[in-house]
Amino acid sequence: MTTPNADAGDAGEPVSVLMGSCPLPLTNYKEIVLAHGSGGKLSQELIQKIVLPQFRNDLLDPLHDGAVFSVGDTRLAFSTDSYVVSPIFFPGGDIGKLAVHGTVNDLAMCGARPLYLSVGFILEEGLPMDDFWRVVKSMREAADAAGVTLVTGDTKVVDRGKADKIFITTSGIGVVPKGVNIHPKRVQPGDQIILSGDIATHGIAIMSVREGLEFETEIASDTAPLNGLVEAIFATGKDVHVLRDPTRGGISSALSEISQSAGVGMLLEEARIPISEEVKGACEILGLDPLYVANEGKLLAIVPADAAAAVLAVMRTHPLGRDATIIGEVTADHAGFVLMKTRIGGTRVVDMLSGEQLPRIC
Amino acid sequence: MKYLDEYRDEALAGKIVAEIRHTVTRPWVLMEVCGGQTHTIVKYGIDQLLPDKVELVHGPGCPVCVTSLEMIDKAHAIARRPEVIFCSFGDMLRVPGSEADLLVLKSRGADVRVVYSPMDCLKIARANPDKKVVFFAIGFETTAPGNAMAAWQARRQGIKNFSMLVSHVLVPPAIASILQSPLNRVQGFLGPGHVCTVVGYEEYEPLAERYHVPIVVTGFEPLDLLEGVLMTVRQLEAGTYEVQNQYPRVVKREGNRVARDLVNKVFEVCDRKWRGVGLIPKSGYKLRDEFGDHDAEQLFEVGEIDTAEPAICISGLVLQGVKKPHDCPAFGTLCTPQHPLGATMVSAEGACAAYYAYGRHLQCEKKALAPV
Repeated sequence: MTTPNADAGDAGEPVSVLMGSCPLPLTNYKEIVLAHGSGGKLSQELIQKIVLPQFRNDLLDPLHDGAVFSVGDTRLAFSTDSYVVSPIFFPGGDIGKLAVHGTVNDLAMCGARPLYLSVGFILEEGLPMDDFWRVVKSMREAADAAGVTLVTGDTKVVDRGKADKIFITTSGIGVVPKGVNIHPKRVQPGDQIILSGDIATHGIAIMSVREGLEFETEIASDTAPLNGLVEAIFATGKDVHVLRDPTRGGISSALSEISQSAGVGMLLEEARIPISEEVKGACEILGLDPLYVANEGKLLAIVPADAAAAVLAVMRTHPLGRDATIIGEVTADHAGFVLMKTRIGGTRVVDMLSGEQLPRIC
Repeated sequence: MKYLDEYRDEALAGKIVAEIRHTVTRPWVLMEVCGGQTHTIVKYGIDQLLPDKVELVHGPGCPVCVTSLEMIDKAHAIARRPEVIFCSFGDMLRVPGSEADLLVLKSRGADVRVVYSPMDCLKIARANPDKKVVFFAIGFETTAPGNAMAAWQARRQGIKNFSMLVSHVLVPPAIASILQSPLNRVQGFLGPGHVCTVVGYEEYEPLAERYHVPIVVTGFEPLDLLEGVLMTVRQLEAGTYEVQNQYPRVVKREGNRVARDLVNKVFEVCDRKWRGVGLIPKSGYKLRDEFGDHDAEQLFEVGEIDTAEPAICISGLVLQGVKKPHDCPAFGTLCTPQHPLGATMVSAEGACAAYYAYGRHLQCEKKALAPV
């Protein structure tokens, strides 16, 4: 059996012609490389070309954070995610908290009220019992705070060196309330794009620890359960077209994906996107664009123009939405592309994460 | 953010753009030398703000892009060895050699590590006394002091298991090479601000004099670049060709003497192959003989590796400012950052990658994407 070619270009023959005239002809990875896990285009290609063809179905095909389906009269959301962050303890959180928040948030972004979680641990031989205890305790606290119950799980231990301390997988189920209909296809020109707070803190918190960077104020991860904020938004009774938590790949990748699947354009204003001074400084030092850096406690809400004021007002009364702001709007022009007006009045396209990678940030 | 927002001010940018429009009377072609400058130009849409008569072409100042295929093959030959920990700046990992890239070698078991500073390699060397730690020392004059310091400290501290594969390149010989080319279109230069922070700009004065081109040493923020363009255009319109310093908050005429002294103690000037350009005499640094114990090229006997580059290569023309990234038929279609066909698409500072990241392939395709 041959493996399908995960990275082959779609163009076929012309590649080889060009390769003959170009000094760097590498288009095709025969092994998994770290960038396949970066959450960007290489990850997308891996899934599209290897995984999706084997399992194709209506629920999987959209490749959203979770699947929404009906059982009897109840609409359920179902999601899963794995966590391999290094280091496992970082300012603002740890791998356990992240594992609970991540799946809770994936469910919340489907419009669901998260109810039950499962957990799978892969532990490396030699992991200090105290560390495991801290992670489990932290998961318990995170689950309590998010109002979810951990109802099933599994534990495996592997030889020293075969895993890095601890890997966690969580899956979750939630109920989608009646009247809630979150889908990129519902996004319309004129819709307003609301961001719940300042961006890029999770990715930068992890990088700062790894690179030993110190700032006047410690940069802490923003990891948080967003289901409370989502419930507050729904309580306004206003229509919400799309919710998305911009994790790996940052807000630029999240918005590009939505604009592609919705077939609309977006226009952002750089000056309106909140970023803390510390994160700005770290991004300058590390050479990172904050638009591409991961968040773990922020959401993007795309709502009709006449709902924006009410949604924004209620978000600002919630602790996780205090700095919520409208960062741009959906346009009929340039469908499939996100444009941004830059600080000095130019424009640029904001695309999905591609070459850059910060391995193992979640 | 203090000391940065001041240089990204929309109102001031508008004033400088108006002044450029007021000054320019005929078409001029300017080259920004550095990849970092290219990145800022495309990231902020600066070229879209300029009048049509001012054309910016992108220079050879991306160290990853100009590193020769031969040198990358040497790096890979060393990185493959089981006793080696191979350290590199991050964007070098995706640059393919003849057979693979460093990411692939890593996935096959090579110990490849990303470092932010060459001094980190000394720490790694001390922590792994049974391994040979090799740093891929690439870059222009800007990174030379840091890399020189790593070699200097390794010798001083007797760290015998540390060595460097040196592929340093120098800007002035590359500028001379561009100006001597029969294809040259460049009439004025935005000089490399951070290179000149280290070495100063005395060396640029004979270039301006001999080739009658204005050179304005320019910074990397949007207002720096706009002011650099204005100063260059003013000289072109007036028919003068001096070296001017737009970036005095960082650059002095003599540069950083301490850094220059260290560089001269560790490195000496040598001939160097540039990707897509070929051999440029006296355009690089190599380690001096007394640092031979830390010279990976000698220690691992890779000096014989001699990879020929294909004769036709648009990335070479892009590096020389003769072509724009979107002049290439593969740009944004067959050649993307996920599947780089050329070096200029690999590093974030490469002209093609900068064009791609900020959506110029989309703007070329769709007229609807004209500046809003």
